[in-house]
Amino acid sequence: MRPIGLNLLRSRKMGTQEMIVFLIFVALFAGFSVFLPGFLNANNIALLLQAVSVLGILSVAMGVIVIGGAIDLSIVALMAMSVAWTLQLINGGMPVPAALAIGLASVALVGLINGFLVAYVEIPPLFSTLATAGCIYGFGRFVLISQDTVYLPTNLGVIEELGKGRVFGVPMPVIVFAVIAAVVGLLLKYTKFGRFTYAAGDNRAAARITGVPVRPLIVAQFVLSAFIAFIAGLVQATAINSMNTRITDSLLVYEIILVVVLGGIGLSGGKGGIRNVVVGTLLIGTFLNGMTIMDIQFTTQNAIKGLILLTAIVIDQIVNPRDEQTSQQGDI
Amino acid sequence: MGTHFEADRRQSEGNLPFEWLTRLRYRRFSTQMVGEILSKQWADSLVPAASMVFVIILFMILAPGLFTAANLSDMGRQLGEFGLVSIGMMIVMIGGGVDLSVGSIFALGNLTALALTSIYDLPPLLVLPIVVCLCAFVGLINGILIGYFRLRAFLTTLVTLITVRALVDVLLLKFAVQISASFYDNPIWDFVGQGDVLGIPFSMVVLIVIAAITHVVLSRTRLGWHIMAVGGSRRSAFNTGIAVRRTICLTYVVSGALAGLAAFLYAARLGNSGSYPGVGMEIFALTAVIVGGTSLGGGRGSVAKAMMGSIIVLLINLGVVQMGLQSGSGQLFLGLVLLTAIAVDVRFVRNKDKILSRLYMSPTYFRLPAPSDPDDPSSPYAMNDRLRDVDLIGLSQLDGAEDVIFDADDNLYCGDRLGNIIRFDGPDYKTPKVFAHIGGHPLGLAFDREGVLYTCVGGMGLYRVYPDGRVEKATDQTNRTTFSIIDDSRMRLADDLDIAPDGRIFFSEATVRYDMENWPSDALESRGNGRLICYDPRDNSTRTIVRKRVFPNGVCVEPNGKSLLFAESWACRISRYWFDGDKAGQIEPVLENIIGYPDNINRASDGNYWMAIMGVRSPALDLALRMPSVRRRMALEVAPDEWLYPNINTGCVVKFTAEGKILETLWDRSAENHPMITSMREHKGYLYLGGILNNRIGRVRLPDADPDWTGPASYWGQR
Repeated sequence: MRPIGLNLLRSRKMGTQEMIVFLIFVALFAGFSVFLPGFLNANNIALLLQAVSVLGILSVAMGVIVIGGAIDLSIVALMAMSVAWTLQLINGGMPVPAALAIGLASVALVGLINGFLVAYVEIPPLFSTLATAGCIYGFGRFVLISQDTVYLPTNLGVIEELGKGRVFGVPMPVIVFAVIAAVVGLLLKYTKFGRFTYAAGDNRAAARITGVPVRPLIVAQFVLSAFIAFIAGLVQATAINSMNTRITDSLLVYEIILVVVLGGIGLSGGKGGIRNVVVGTLLIGTFLNGMTIMDIQFTTQNAIKGLILLTAIVIDQIVNPRDEQTSQQGDI
Repeated sequence: MGTHFEADRRQSEGNLPFEWLTRLRYRRFSTQMVGEILSKQWADSLVPAASMVFVIILFMILAPGLFTAANLSDMGRQLGEFGLVSIGMMIVMIGGGVDLSVGSIFALGNLTALALTSIYDLPPLLVLPIVVCLCAFVGLINGILIGYFRLRAFLTTLVTLITVRALVDVLLLKFAVQISASFYDNPIWDFVGQGDVLGIPFSMVVLIVIAAITHVVLSRTRLGWHIMAVGGSRRSAFNTGIAVRRTICLTYVVSGALAGLAAFLYAARLGNSGSYPGVGMEIFALTAVIVGGTSLGGGRGSVAKAMMGSIIVLLINLGVVQMGLQSGSGQLFLGLVLLTAIAVDVRFVRNKDKILSRLYMSPTYFRLPAPSDPDDPSSPYAMNDRLRDVDLIGLSQLDGAEDVIFDADDNLYCGDRLGNIIRFDGPDYKTPKVFAHIGGHPLGLAFDREGVLYTCVGGMGLYRVYPDGRVEKATDQTNRTTFSIIDDSRMRLADDLDIAPDGRIFFSEATVRYDMENWPSDALESRGNGRLICYDPRDNSTRTIVRKRVFPNGVCVEPNGKSLLFAESWACRISRYWFDGDKAGQIEPVLENIIGYPDNINRASDGNYWMAIMGVRSPALDLALRMPSVRRRMALEVAPDEWLYPNINTGCVVKFTAEGKILETLWDRSAENHPMITSMREHKGYLYLGGILNNRIGRVRLPDADPDWTGPASYWGQR
């Protein structure tokens, strides 16, 4: 027997969770605005938006994967290493377009490998992407990149605007986030690729029997999310003038999962949409910014993040209980 | 049909190209051991063992400095700590989960141990339980969330990893300076960190003890079996009444406690209050466990495998450092190793049974001369229509009466596929009723002197049914063959039996390599996989008396009480085995090159014997028996439904003398009423026919037979 409140929550499905998260965001935002001096000024808001943009872009990429029924733990490693390599190539004298092309090609390759491992070799994505994350970082540091941190070259030109520019006072990262969110949202909603993604994420076997090319589809999702991760990395690097490969070891990837799960995209796949990502990003961004302004120690912040993620997973479990009949061996 | 046999005869006379070579090859070098070794539980460990040896040799060449005495001692201590964490991870993974928080728990344990010793000056023997309990408590939190709340193991332990790591960082800020400033001097503490027992590093000793305990618990106790069962199939485990949630919760507690123990050893060894202990350890442990061959998703794994995996991972880790490679290379190699191991696990280990069942079959060379042609009127097996008009008993009420038998009161008994002994009351044999329920398919039947019905039950062994219907197991195991790889002490396919005058029961086991439903595989092998077994009810002993016979089937004790006749189905022959008297232990041929596959043998009223031929040989299969590689390819590449099977749909009944001369045959040429025969009993002037694929018992009148002769009287005398 579940408590009545939970039944209500479940009966109204996803819309409710999105709404709740949004209301919490509004309450939090209002609370911070009132009680935190310096929260509600244009500068801080711009900073907040800029800070959450990269998180948001990465969350869109992760969102696609999660809706498709998988997860990608290598996304941060991929972002860091691909962009760091690209920057190093440019620093080494390679023309910008050529370096960008190489960067894009490399992320596409990694996306293909990730997708292949999940779709064709059928390794559970949690494990395959965990392993590829190690491989990407290890390969990058071993072969490609000599320093922990690669600084931004001076000849980037218009690319630099990705992180630093403003359009009508709105920071460019926010616009990039908005554009990517819109494009991916439309892609998911109105194209065959999108509808198939939902179908395969909801029930892979059924989708396959129906004739959906599930395996190429999964590969496509990983390639798409790899491209988005590359863009996120460019935004990040140009905004802070460097790319620190050590970001791979940070908790960023868990924050991304936090955004996705908290926003209401069930980890079992096939549910939710880009709106959930946006709402989740707003809430987490506000929260992180608030904690920073409150001068909560970094380590304590991590502990709090962990607890929130735990709460999110518990709620996800209650709202989207896993089906004993369809859950697969090794689906952990 | 005639031309086929003619063609076959011609072919049989000539040899196939290099047939002598094939014969030599298969007689001398049997490949059956390959499949048998691979199907052993311990065969799973061969791959990690080989990988371990490979890695050791590799680093002996690439990084010889790794294996100096000082390094080895240090490595032993590191392995002691890391091995404990891996065992914990393995237990969780066997239970179907994963524990990513071990690294953070390890860090927490390390910090706690250091703080309690250096700052609070507690004795190590008090610190140890505190640290282990604290870490077990963190494991308990994992366990409650994952076991009881059904959360996803991966993400939940990820959260614990983050949170506990954050907690450790907070505590470090508080205590790090104090810890590094104080000096803790305690002989026990130093011994834990630096001491040796009989030259073995103390950590290593702890690991060996824990590994031994874990091995026993996992493989020999109820708790271990529960963990295996839960990991193997959660739903089935739940349905059998195992406390699934508690079991899962417990695995995380154990994992946490072991990480705590490892941290205690680590703290004593290094006294390192930095922030990096335990970072990334979860990936190392995960890799070690999977490389060792423990399956993702649970149910499969062992301590030995986890240990081998730990050695491999530790060596790679230290070896890369020793070789002085750039940072990142360790992660790259470990990532690749992890990926490969998971891919092997997912693609091969899970489908192992399917692959093995096909590799298991190992056909051998077997050549029979061309059989006599039943269409030729001069053949001793010449066809006739004597079974066309058999009376049918229990039509459509029976299912698989392999054997039929009468008791001393003229009642008819047979087995059925549902695991019952069915009885028809004489003299009209109209209504079947269940006399006893055994549970497996009863094959051969025989009454002893006291009227107890003995039966060979496929897959179960030898059972007896008392006249009141009470069922009792007589025996289901015999002495194991000394050097046999498969465990042949259990009976897989007890087939037919007969009882000697002194009460000893002789029965055949058709094959020790296959279960009853896989008899076609044994036919394709056509090797001597079967045996004769003797059960002595006087002292309740069972021993194998004859081995390596080709599908021994019917058994019939001769009236002299010293010998028995037994049929070997795929070898198409009948032999006599002397179990008593001057020739005791000898086997002599009686009837060879039969036109079909002989099944049961029983006494006839005139002192001769009846034999059932369950199916007639086909030239194609006879030829295939001379070409083992063809049958092997067939088993590997063709679906079982399409295999060349021995025909067991058309056969006949043959009467033969003790010298092996064929006297008469009974056929159903039109194959309408009773073509399929596996057994027959003569009783009061009639012959009753059983067939394992039939839904009836046949009865045919024997005009020349003694109308008063009965089986029980022949065996045990008139009452």
